[in-house]
Amino acid sequence: MLRYTIARFAGAVPTLLIIITLAFLLLHAAPGGPFDSQKQLPPAIKANVERMYHLDEPLYEQYFRYLGNILRGDFGPSYQYRDTTVNEIIRQGFPIDALIGGAALLGALLIGLPIGIFAALRRNTAWDHIPMGLSMIGISVPVFVVAPILILVFAVNLRWLPAGGWARSFPLHLILPAAALAAPYIAYVARLMRGSMVEVLNSPFILMARAKGVPERLVILRHAMKPALMPLVSFLGPAFAGVITGSIVIETIFGLPGIGRAFVDGALNRDYTLVLGVTILYGVLIVACNLLADLSYSLLDPRVRY
Amino acid sequence: MSTLQVAAGGHALPAPAPAAPAGRSLWSDALLRLKHNRPAVLSAIVLGLIVLAAIVVPWISPFNYYTPQWTLLDQPPAWHGGHIFGTDDLGRDMLVRVMWGCRISLLIGMVASVVSVLIGVLWGATAGYVGGHVDSLMMRIVDILYSVPFIPFVIVLVVMFGRDLFLIFVAIGAVSWLDIARIVRGQTLSLRNKEFIEAARASGVKGPSIVVRHLVPNLLGIVVIYATLTVPSVILFEAFLSFLGLGVQAPMTSLGVLVSDGASELQSYPYLLFIPAIFLALIVYCLNYLGDGLRDVLDPKDR
Repeated sequence: MLRYTIARFAGAVPTLLIIITLAFLLLHAAPGGPFDSQKQLPPAIKANVERMYHLDEPLYEQYFRYLGNILRGDFGPSYQYRDTTVNEIIRQGFPIDALIGGAALLGALLIGLPIGIFAALRRNTAWDHIPMGLSMIGISVPVFVVAPILILVFAVNLRWLPAGGWARSFPLHLILPAAALAAPYIAYVARLMRGSMVEVLNSPFILMARAKGVPERLVILRHAMKPALMPLVSFLGPAFAGVITGSIVIETIFGLPGIGRAFVDGALNRDYTLVLGVTILYGVLIVACNLLADLSYSLLDPRVRY
Repeated sequence: MSTLQVAAGGHALPAPAPAAPAGRSLWSDALLRLKHNRPAVLSAIVLGLIVLAAIVVPWISPFNYYTPQWTLLDQPPAWHGGHIFGTDDLGRDMLVRVMWGCRISLLIGMVASVVSVLIGVLWGATAGYVGGHVDSLMMRIVDILYSVPFIPFVIVLVVMFGRDLFLIFVAIGAVSWLDIARIVRGQTLSLRNKEFIEAARASGVKGPSIVVRHLVPNLLGIVVIYATLTVPSVILFEAFLSFLGLGVQAPMTSLGVLVSDGASELQSYPYLLFIPAIFLALIVYCLNYLGDGLRDVLDPKDR
């Protein structure tokens, strides 16, 4: 197990390196520099600015300088926001994304799991078909349709919740964005849970438990539940990364100061360091989530041994 | 299930010849079973109707998608006057715009899916068939690409290199081939040691033509399933890009553009959001159901 863990961690390093290199090269291959779009700078000043940001060095020197800085946890200064580092932008924005993403995922589990189990137990009845049909709607309707409708109903008409914005101590601002973000994940969780529960309920050891006369409630709770939850473990890792990157739209709609919005603004304004920093952060997050999911899977499932 | 099939569709089952029972191919068998999957059939019909309308309506309508009518701004849907879906904030006919949106969204969905299926099938089949170091290298590349944060990457691509439709096709197609490659590789691994592959190899067929002639046709079932499921995810992704203002350029439109325009005027003119949103959801919904139905009939595991 330890060997497997170390091997997996070691395997993540080249992946991250490739992501960083890809992002770095892509941004530097893009036509137009970060200081081109503003009003024409006099050549001497432009040269000074470029020297300040090391843009006058050859590409490979910039690359290794950047790589060295990242290793020290320094994403460099933002090109767009003067006197602000990318680290500061991430430190301010990321907790909001993590909070909303976490709340959305938690909500998706709390609602999706019971629906999936219930549908599996009432397989091929209306109790199965109706929730599964509804869940397909949850997958088919994009977030940016759900979110304005939620705002219209709960913020504009009912006036229960704020329509957008962010206040640090105020969890009410969290509810609508998290709900909009959670909608498709409720559907995914319910469908996944139904599928794996149906499969588990058809397996021999459940038949065995029933044959022994174990009450149906205990068959479900004690015997079927744990193996049926296994596919969910490997789903949760990518799903967390998904809600974090997926919150770009949510932040735009609700006017939240998260990193997703900073990322889109940065891309539009050619703020290379910001875009690069956030892309790398997303990459690290995805790799870490997948790693965590795999490791916990091998811990939980006694059949997986390394 | 089998008794149900006989009861429901006795006419559809071919009467077996008494002497030699006529063998049914995988495809005719699948088609037969698909016919009994009512949600899938319904989805196919609805999709067919939408495609038909998307092709025909802009063609026969007296209106086009780009000419503003300044005297008819934001007209709500009404039977009389010819604008049955109303008009948008520039007085353009919503029916024609929504149908153009369906055209573009479906086109992007199909082209990007074809791109991703082609890459995915060839990549997966080659990795699975060749095996060994080539396989582990190719699958390692897939693993790495899985870790690339794709939404940010596509945003960067589109922002930096301009927003033309072709780039969107390529970017989305290049994003979505990974799942197909993995699944196809798995299937190929289980097929490569079958007798018919060995027979082909023994009779001197070269590697590439074994992959194309013998492996790929046997993978078609699974490929059809995933292609059907890729189209809706591509359509949603395009809508997502359009919502961020990075998709199709005005005055051309797509369902994503229409939905995002409508969302900003939801309070005053809700139909501008709801009509395109219903079409978007309907297309994605039907494709997902059809894909599920195809999985039920084509996936050999679920017999």
